[in-house]
Amino acid sequence: MNIVSYDGSFEGLLTAVFEIYEYKISDPQIVNKSQAAASLFGETHHVQTDPDKSKRVYKKLKDKLTPNAFSQLYKTFLSELTQIENVIYRYIVYVLAAKTAVENNYAHPDVLLLQQVSRKVHREKHRMEAFVRFQLTKDDLYYSLVQPDFNVLPLISKHFQDRYTDQRWLIYDSLRKYGLYYDLHIVEEVSLNFSADVNDKNALKEICDDKEELYQKLWQQYFSSVNIAARKNIKLHIQHMPKRYWKHLVEKNVTEY
Amino acid sequence: YVPISNDNRLPAIGTPVPMIRENRLYQADWLLRFYDFKVSEIVNQDNPLLDMDIDPKLGWALRNLEIFPMDVNTIDYKLLLRVPGIGIQSARKIYEARKFGHITWEHLKKIGIAINRTKYFLHTGNHFERRDLQPMQIKQLILQESGSKYKPNFSPQIKLF
Repeated sequence: MNIVSYDGSFEGLLTAVFEIYEYKISDPQIVNKSQAAASLFGETHHVQTDPDKSKRVYKKLKDKLTPNAFSQLYKTFLSELTQIENVIYRYIVYVLAAKTAVENNYAHPDVLLLQQVSRKVHREKHRMEAFVRFQLTKDDLYYSLVQPDFNVLPLISKHFQDRYTDQRWLIYDSLRKYGLYYDLHIVEEVSLNFSADVNDKNALKEICDDKEELYQKLWQQYFSSVNIAARKNIKLHIQHMPKRYWKHLVEKNVTEY
Repeated sequence: YVPISNDNRLPAIGTPVPMIRENRLYQADWLLRFYDFKVSEIVNQDNPLLDMDIDPKLGWALRNLEIFPMDVNTIDYKLLLRVPGIGIQSARKIYEARKFGHITWEHLKKIGIAINRTKYFLHTGNHFERRDLQPMQIKQLILQESGSKYKPNFSPQIKLF
């Protein structure tokens, strides 16, 4: 068992795949550098992300796989599940070795797992597009905190870029400690340092626009007006809007009335 | 705004919402739209009403038990859709995976079909155990294992609590 450590990025993973083929590393276990423990029996091969190598693998995969299958592969990577890199590596080996298109062979465990995981990530992306709530700050920035199960920020970037083309926004993933910032031209990744707890009411009041609280009350009032109490179905409600997202939703944090 | 209709075929206003009836109608609608069923296969002169305790798809399969069991490796795609416990996504996965090799129960389990229903209608080669059961027996066996929230309402007996 030989450990292959990479930096956690998609380009890094592709570089790792390239180097496994290049150096003919047997029985590779791909691990994220930040989680790598020294291996007892084999060597640890540290991969330095190389744009040329990753580009070659990227091109090879793009040619071999259907666009659907390639997007499944990328989404599976974004799931950040433990040891998912090995599943992706085995999938790549299987697909590149096959002479015909095998991405629909759901009898193969890695193909099936890729399909299942990418579907979970896709659903999470769909939920995130719906569950992002912005607050307007004093310097005209729409700011939102999210906490998705998977790393879906790269997937929702285009949606919000198209939707709010003429507004500056920032969507911040509080778990992964990075965010997307749109400055009316391009979207870039940012990382912020927080000192206080972000849900602290006073801290928020200071940075938020004056009318922000009014708009929040409007939003909450809208929800209570369109609600049909007789058709309450909490189980179904939670199915569509799981409780773990509630803390960042304005309509679920009604404080006073 | 949804207008209220006073048609005498509808439940009277003020009566409790017929949840199971809605659910069965919804399931029958899906069969027509996505599973290529005809209305006459779901309800006809001999079976004018939808079953309360089982979904229409299982109902159809139990009425047509002669064509089952079928081999999952050779079954027609349209018939694969009609096997209870197999939905559209699973049928597609089985159909695609079939091209690459023999499908076993292990594969089916991983794909995620409802095996406690499917086992009475499908086999993977030569292993099959239905013990020549009657439709009523299969229905009871499936109902025993299933945990529907509507179960107390299946029987026409009045609820005591």
